[in-house]
Amino acid sequence: MTDREKLLEIEDLRVHFPVRGGVFRRAVGACKAVDGVSLSLKKGQTLGLVGESGCGKSTLAKAVVKLVEPTSGSIRFKNQQVTQSEDEINFRKSVQMVFQDPAESLNSRMTVGSIIGEALEVHKIGDKSERFARVEQLLEQVGLSKSASRRYPFEFSGGQRQRIGIARALALKPELLVLDEPVSALDVSVQSQVLNLLMDLQTELQLTYLLIAHDLAVVKHVSDMIAVMYLGKIVELGPAEELYSNPIHAYTKALISAIPIPDPSRKRKKVIIPGEVPSPINPPAGCAFGHRIKHPLYQESIDGKIQFTEVSKEHWVLKCPCCV
Amino acid sequence: MNDEAKTDALLEVKELSVSFATDEGEVQALDAVNFEVKDGQTLGLVGESGCGKSVTALSVMRLLPRPIGKITGGSIDFGGMDLLKLTPDEMRQIRGNEIGMIFQEPMNALNPVRTIGDQISESFLLHQNITPKEAWEKSIDMLEDVGIPAPENRVFEYPHQLSGGMRQRIVIAIALACKPKLVIADEPTTALDVTVQSQILDLLQSMKERLGSSVLLITHDLGVIAETCDEVCVMYAGRVVERASTIDLFANPIHAYTRGLLSSIPRLDGIPKTVLSTIDGMVPSLSELNKGCRFAPRSGLEHSEEQLALRPPFTEVNPGHWVEACPVCTTL
Repeated sequence: MTDREKLLEIEDLRVHFPVRGGVFRRAVGACKAVDGVSLSLKKGQTLGLVGESGCGKSTLAKAVVKLVEPTSGSIRFKNQQVTQSEDEINFRKSVQMVFQDPAESLNSRMTVGSIIGEALEVHKIGDKSERFARVEQLLEQVGLSKSASRRYPFEFSGGQRQRIGIARALALKPELLVLDEPVSALDVSVQSQVLNLLMDLQTELQLTYLLIAHDLAVVKHVSDMIAVMYLGKIVELGPAEELYSNPIHAYTKALISAIPIPDPSRKRKKVIIPGEVPSPINPPAGCAFGHRIKHPLYQESIDGKIQFTEVSKEHWVLKCPCCV
Repeated sequence: MNDEAKTDALLEVKELSVSFATDEGEVQALDAVNFEVKDGQTLGLVGESGCGKSVTALSVMRLLPRPIGKITGGSIDFGGMDLLKLTPDEMRQIRGNEIGMIFQEPMNALNPVRTIGDQISESFLLHQNITPKEAWEKSIDMLEDVGIPAPENRVFEYPHQLSGGMRQRIVIAIALACKPKLVIADEPTTALDVTVQSQILDLLQSMKERLGSSVLLITHDLGVIAETCDEVCVMYAGRVVERASTIDLFANPIHAYTRGLLSSIPRLDGIPKTVLSTIDGMVPSLSELNKGCRFAPRSGLEHSEEQLALRPPFTEVNPGHWVEACPVCTTL
C-alpha cells in the first residue's frame, strides 16, 4: 500500500473562523474548527473520518474541496498546492462532493437530467446530445433508469435521491470524492444499498474516498484507513482493522465502546464519557479530551508534550500524558 | 399469550387501526396492531421511516393530528381503562402524569421562550396540588436526578443555552417529573452523538429502575434495541410483523423482513469491504399497500394471489414469539 501514489496530502491545516463581538463587530476571538490536521490519502483508498458533531469534520471536508479558505497549512492534490493552484478548473473537476441530505442538496425546480448535466455544461464538455448521453450513462451507473432524467427530485425516495447526488458528483470523472455523511439520512435497508453502490463504483472507477460519518460501523465497513477527530485535531489515525482492535487513545476507546452492538447476548463494556465536546472557541490549552474527562495528568499535557507520533506502521496517535 | 402474562400488562394495544385523510384519499397508517407493554419492562418498536412507529406512540397519547388522523378501530387498555373512551379532560389528567413522553428532537419539544424551571414546574402544577414554590424546588431536584450540574442555576436558563444532550436530559426530566407508570420514548437518541447517546440511554435505564416505570421505546436502531429492550415489535408498513423477546428475535428471526433488517446493518465484527446484504426496493407508500402480505413486493419471493389478498394470521410460533405468518416470508 505504501507504494501507491499519494493523491491528497494535508499538512498542518488550520481553519479558524473569527468570532465577532462588540459594537464594531471586531474579531474578538477565533473558532478553531480545524486546528493542525495532517493526513494523506492514497489513490484508490477510502479514508474514514469520524468524530462527534462540532469536532470539525465537515469544515475539513469543505477545506479539501476548497469551499472554505484555510487559515494556514497546506493541501496538496497530486503534488500540487490546492491553496494556490493555478489550474483551478482541473482541480474542481477532479474533486467532487456528495452531501448529507439529498433532499436539500438537489434543486427541487430542476429535472434530474439538468442537475446531473449542469456540471458538464459549466465546464463546456461535449455538445448537447453528448451531454445527454453521458447523463443517461451516469444514471444507469448508479442504478437508476434512463427515464429518470426527465423527472424531478421530489418524485424519488431518499435512497434514489442520494443516487442522483452521487451521479452528479461523478459527472466530471473525478478522482477524489468527498462524502459528507452520505448515508446518515437513509433507512437501514436503503443505507446498505447505497454503501454497496459506493463500494462498487470505487473498484470500477478507481475512486478515492474521503468519507465522513458518525456511524462507526459504517465507516469501518468501507474504509481502509480511519482518522478519529476531536475538537479540531486528529487524535488517532490508522488502518481500519487495527484501529478497532487496538485503539490507543482514550477517546478512540470511548468512542468505540459507545457504539450499540446489535446483539443482545453480548454485553459490551461501556465507557461512558462524561460531558460533551467543548466549544472550539478558546479550546483548552492542553489535551482537549484529558480536559473533558478531568484526567489527573491533564496539567502535564499543557506544557506542550502533545505530539502526533507513529506508534506502529501507519498507526499514528496524538500522544499526551493523560490519554495514551 | 397465557393468562398469567396477560394480567401483568400495563399497556395493551388491541387491533389498533389509524387512518389519515390525505390528498390521495384515506390511507391506513396502522392496520390492526397488537402489542403489550408489561409492567416494569421495556418494549421496543423498531422499523423504518413510515412504518407507523410514531403514529402508534401518538395514538397511545391521543395526540394524533386532528382532523386528518383518526383512530378507526381497536382499543388501548392502560391499567384497566380504555384510553380511547376517555374524555379530553380525563386524558389530560393522564398525559404527563401517568404516561410521560420523550420526544425525538429536544429543541422542538421545549419552549424556547420559557425557562427550564418553568417548563418542569408546569407538570407538577398541572398534576399535583402544590404551590409554585414547591414545584420550583421539585424541579431543581428533578434536574439533579437527570444529572445536570449546578441545577439551582440551570433552572433560570433557556433551552438555547444548553447543548443537545443537556436538552434531552431536560425533556426526560419533564417526562418523568410526575413519576409516570409508562414512559413513551420516541427516538430519544436519534439526534445525538454516540457518546451522548450512551449517556442518555444509561440515564433512561437508571430512571426507569428507580421509578419502576415501563418504557415503550421507539427507534430505528437495532443496536439500541439490543441493549435496552426486553421485548421487541418489528413494524412494517403499518403492521407488527414480528414480536418476541429481544434475545429470541436476534437469535432466531422468523419473518423475512426482520431477517433482512438484521443482515443489512454493517457490523463492527463483519468482514470489511464485502457486499452488504440489502432489502430490494424501498419502503412502500401507504397509499399503495396490498391487503395480504405487505412485504411481498420486496421479499423477492413468489407469492400466490391468495397470499397477496388475505392478511396472514398473527400467530404464536414459539412461546412468546409471534409472527405475521405469511407462509412464503416466514421460515420455521
